[in-house]
Amino acid sequence: MAQANIELQPVGSAGTPLTQKRESLFQDALRRLLRNHAAVIGSTVVILLILMAVFAPLIAPKSFEVQVLPDQNKVPEWVTNVFPTMKPYAKISDDYVFGADYVGRDLLSRIIYGARVSLAVAFIGPLISLIIGVIYGSISGYFGGRVDNIMMRIVDVLYAFPSLLFIILLLAFFRSTISDVQPGTFRYAMSKVDESMGGMFFIFVGIGLTAWETMARLTRGQVLSIREKEFVEAAHTIGASNMRIMFRHILPNILGPLVVAETLAIPGYISTEAFLSFIGLGVNPPTPSWGSMISDGAGVIRSYPNQTILPAIALAVTMFAFNFLGDGLRDALDPRLRGTQ
Amino acid sequence: MGRYIVRRLLYMLVVILVVSIITFGLMHAVPGGPFSREKALPEETIRILNERYHLDDPLPVQYVNYLYAVMIPHVTTTPPSNSLQDDFLVNVKIGSVWVRWMNFGPSYKSRSRTVNDIFRDNLPISAQLGTMALTLAVLIGMPLGVLAALKQNTVYDYFGMSVAIFGVSVPVIVMGPILVWIFGVSLKWLPPTGWGSKPPYFLGVLPSDLNWDYFKYAIMPSFALGLGSSAVIARLTRASLLQAVREDYIRTARAKGLHERLVIVRHALKNSLIPVVTILGPLFAALVTGTFVTELIFGIPGMGKYFVTSITNRDYPVIMGTILLYAVFLVIANLLVDIVYAYLDPRIRYD
Repeated sequence: MAQANIELQPVGSAGTPLTQKRESLFQDALRRLLRNHAAVIGSTVVILLILMAVFAPLIAPKSFEVQVLPDQNKVPEWVTNVFPTMKPYAKISDDYVFGADYVGRDLLSRIIYGARVSLAVAFIGPLISLIIGVIYGSISGYFGGRVDNIMMRIVDVLYAFPSLLFIILLLAFFRSTISDVQPGTFRYAMSKVDESMGGMFFIFVGIGLTAWETMARLTRGQVLSIREKEFVEAAHTIGASNMRIMFRHILPNILGPLVVAETLAIPGYISTEAFLSFIGLGVNPPTPSWGSMISDGAGVIRSYPNQTILPAIALAVTMFAFNFLGDGLRDALDPRLRGTQ
Repeated sequence: MGRYIVRRLLYMLVVILVVSIITFGLMHAVPGGPFSREKALPEETIRILNERYHLDDPLPVQYVNYLYAVMIPHVTTTPPSNSLQDDFLVNVKIGSVWVRWMNFGPSYKSRSRTVNDIFRDNLPISAQLGTMALTLAVLIGMPLGVLAALKQNTVYDYFGMSVAIFGVSVPVIVMGPILVWIFGVSLKWLPPTGWGSKPPYFLGVLPSDLNWDYFKYAIMPSFALGLGSSAVIARLTRASLLQAVREDYIRTARAKGLHERLVIVRHALKNSLIPVVTILGPLFAALVTGTFVTELIFGIPGMGKYFVTSITNRDYPVIMGTILLYAVFLVIANLLVDIVYAYLDPRIRYD
């Protein structure tokens, strides 16, 4: 249980102050977060991953895209010890720390660069869904009545539409290779942006456009519970505008649960990206993504399991880290919720 | 209750209509058609194909015709034929007339099959896999959650929640290949890919014979697919049971000397099931209509792949069919969930 660190002292005795050292909400939450071992490990791993992604060109031992065809499927000694079935036929080369893939690219370097895609999704996905969801949900909850009813029915219908299919349709719309797109159109401009980002752009857009529904519902619920409070009424009486009340008075009060929900949703975004790359609709090759590496390796899993299992482990470690961090944040920001959500 | 269900059914119809309009609009907005190829077909060929499948009609006409073929029961005297354009899912003979319903149309990609063929051959496999995965998820998730809540902050709790974190952190694309490699390739205990039942299915969905040969194919995919859901169920069960055991009526039940097991099972557990049941609805729809990745990794001929390939192939009838199927499953599952609510909590009355 989280408890405030209050030491009882004899009140008023000589030399001791009557008041306790005050902690801000943030300091309080940070202290609770730091006491949670799993969360500390999670955030450390997340920080390491961010560093790895940012400094990928410095860390990666080789290029992620250069294909050395003679080195196809080569593995170092230790990999054959972990996966003994490979011993009879594996070509040993200690040049590659994790081995080389089916076209002779260094697996380790590709895993390091792959962190970029997963982390980008982990930070931009929540951003988009928060912006859309919070605006939509606040309007719906704040105005209530018929507006609320219509807006929430729209969300209901979108819920009945499988989100992955929506992303796939979106990708099909913008990334069609079948028909030529005329320069100057919206589609052309969008697909150029996507190309320049190695195919990450539409994944962000797709994830953001499907994930906001949950955020909107959550925001609406929170707004509904806050808008009847006295301080909102007080703001009304002094003539504050609706916009001001929504974003100045209500929003700061509901931000905590929203941030927690978003953090806990991050592993979902990461696995969505991995899924899309896995089925070949994700980032454009040769940009490495863990999902596409797992997919590439799955074809040769019987002969070269390292090509699937190693990126799979990287993906799992990242998801673990964000889950631990999300759980920890929830407990730290709102101790009452501990173990109840 | 009866009126409530009727109202809900009408609401379902509206949702499905809206989903069908969105899908229809989106898929026709996507550039390229079912007959576009990297190497273009002769224009004359495309014109004839479009004419054959009525793709040269205006879009609203196509949509209305589609709805007519799918939703309105047809009463005719002609018996079912083998024509691909004339394949209805429901064929009932009443006296001398046939009542035929739900013609989802032919697939443009596989020229000898209809969408109904996919529903008949591939959907049962996905449904079997999904049902087993969901059963496994409930069987693993609920006991873990209950144990964790009843023994809060003990080893059981930490174990249960570790399993839950593991479940949500290890997606199928990670779990699948690892399972295949360990049990399928290295230990050779289970077949790495494939599925143990073929059409015809018992009652249209169930495998015709249940034996080890059937289940040995199902174990790994069901586990990989169900693990994530079991984690969600375990967390929810724990959270909601923790809240329930703090309620006054639990104290009352204990105070009147009720056996602890009865207190938990009859009072706490029953009342804590509502959030769990809520997510079972969408979970059921998602699992039963097929999950592309699981079926891909384990080489299962289910219907998951049609969700993806139909869009990349612009196979319009298959896109409409699969998405409508999902939507129907989802709204029906949600309706069942709401009905179960009323059983779990008699205070919830629908009138």
